[in-house]
Amino acid sequence: MGEFFAMGGYAWYVWMAYGAAALTIVVEIAAVRTRRRRAFDELRMAAEPAPAAPSLMRTRGAR
Amino acid sequence: MLINWFRLSSPVSFYPLAGAWSYAFGALAALLAGAGLVVALWIAPTDATQGDAYRIIFIHVPAAWMAMFIYLVMACWSAAALGFNTRLSAMMAQALAPTGALMAALALWTGAFWGRPTWGTYWAWDARMTSTLILLFLYLGIIALRSSIEDPRRADRACAVLALVGAVNVPIIYFSVQWWNTLHQGSSISLTAAPKMAMTMLAGILIMTAAAWCYTIAVVLARVQAIIVERERGAGWLESLIDLRAEGRA
Amino acid sequence: MSEVPRKRHAGADALHDAHADAVRTTATGDAQPSVLGAIGWALARDFRVAVRSKGELGVQLLFYVIVVSLFPLATSPSREVLATLGPGVLWTSALLASLLSLPRLFASDHQDGTLEQIALSPRPLAALVSGKMAAHWLTTGLPVVVMAPLLGAQYALDAPVLGTLALSLLLGTPILSLLGAVGAALTLGARGGGSLLALLVLPLYAPVLIFGAGAVDAVRAGVSAAPHLSLLGAGLLLALVAVPFAVAAAVRIALD
Repeated sequence: MGEFFAMGGYAWYVWMAYGAAALTIVVEIAAVRTRRRRAFDELRMAAEPAPAAPSLMRTRGAR
Repeated sequence: MLINWFRLSSPVSFYPLAGAWSYAFGALAALLAGAGLVVALWIAPTDATQGDAYRIIFIHVPAAWMAMFIYLVMACWSAAALGFNTRLSAMMAQALAPTGALMAALALWTGAFWGRPTWGTYWAWDARMTSTLILLFLYLGIIALRSSIEDPRRADRACAVLALVGAVNVPIIYFSVQWWNTLHQGSSISLTAAPKMAMTMLAGILIMTAAAWCYTIAVVLARVQAIIVERERGAGWLESLIDLRAEGRA
Repeated sequence: MSEVPRKRHAGADALHDAHADAVRTTATGDAQPSVLGAIGWALARDFRVAVRSKGELGVQLLFYVIVVSLFPLATSPSREVLATLGPGVLWTSALLASLLSLPRLFASDHQDGTLEQIALSPRPLAALVSGKMAAHWLTTGLPVVVMAPLLGAQYALDAPVLGTLALSLLLGTPILSLLGAVGAALTLGARGGGSLLALLVLPLYAPVLIFGAGAVDAVRAGVSAAPHLSLLGAGLLLALVAVPFAVAAAVRIALD
């Protein structure tokens, strides 16, 4: 196992390269998911204030 | 399988399709990457001259190819956006740029770490690396232009023009950099030349490239979904998506 | 044809007169506004406007001189080092000088509305922007072409090398004006100003730089610069034919 990680003495180079690839993938996927979630959140916030405002005038349970 | 492409050009029709395909290609990408990594890190034999350092090509080559391919695809979508004036074509181009830039950056990084043990230097001004660097600048320029124009439709058209102008320039840039490089190196050693390929090495590169393709499609389709939601905010059909989202379906 | 009185810069009056001209000629049955006429008109107008602000032109040339003179301070006054650096420095500084002057190409016309008028004119927009780019080159590129061999003497470059330098710049600076105009049109009204323009345009400039500076280097090494110069020439021809349409498209996008 140690031999695998050592990569014939080139461990630093190989794992910096593969690590960068892994990092890129993780960061990109996370960023896209965050972007989607934020887009939906903004959509939800834009849609909700209208129904929410009238409910302030009525009793809470009426919603 | 004939699809009425123009019907698909409405963001409404495309949105659910994008979601389904994104998951499908994501799963495929994971499978291919798994197989590819096994080949890259275990099955492929250690190279005689470069040792285990050569295994970086299984990341570097797919990343470099994807950086180029994505630019071409982005240019095609940009041409469609200008020619047919469809919003979705422009959104696809918008979704492709960040992934392309990341691929170019990854290609440069992995190329540097491959270069150091093999040819003694992290950065050498060889033709492919320099062209990839300029390609990265082109991507960043498109992303910067988009974020600096307020009106989304104007940004669509401006970025489309820029992408096409860049596309025409990429072969010119590549050719000129290659010329410049051979002039100054005399007998040029292509610093990104792979070692003589055993069949397993070639298979590994192909599998990893296929994995990169599928990954790109998955990520870009997910991103275009976000873009559709961001930009189609006024449209009524999005409200139904909110409920779906709350149930975690979308 | 009356213009809405807006704060105009010098060029607006020239534009008004020329529009009156256009009306008169079309009224006398001149159906097709000629392409060459459009180019000539736009060139004359922009040239006149630029020449009126001689100070600005002088400053741009001075920028070139200062930047070129700065490099030896950063490196070394030794003749060998300077001769090696010379072509690259003279060429790169020409690129930067071109970048500096590009916003001027469309911005002031855009701000007071004359650019819209130009786009609405019956003359082909590609021809009109060609005239603008030609005027830009005459007022920024050509002075650099003339100045560079003089500055090249500071870099211990001898006569044949300086001649090639001038020739390469003569072929290359118009390409810089052309490609730069694309960037200038695309960034009209965009935030980020000059830096964004530089980011967009410098990658496109790379081949011009490679062949231009390469030509000078070749002659310095005693080899023929013919391949470099012919490639530059071919690039110039290609740009002359294709770029005006891209610029016209970009201007229309910016005016939406």
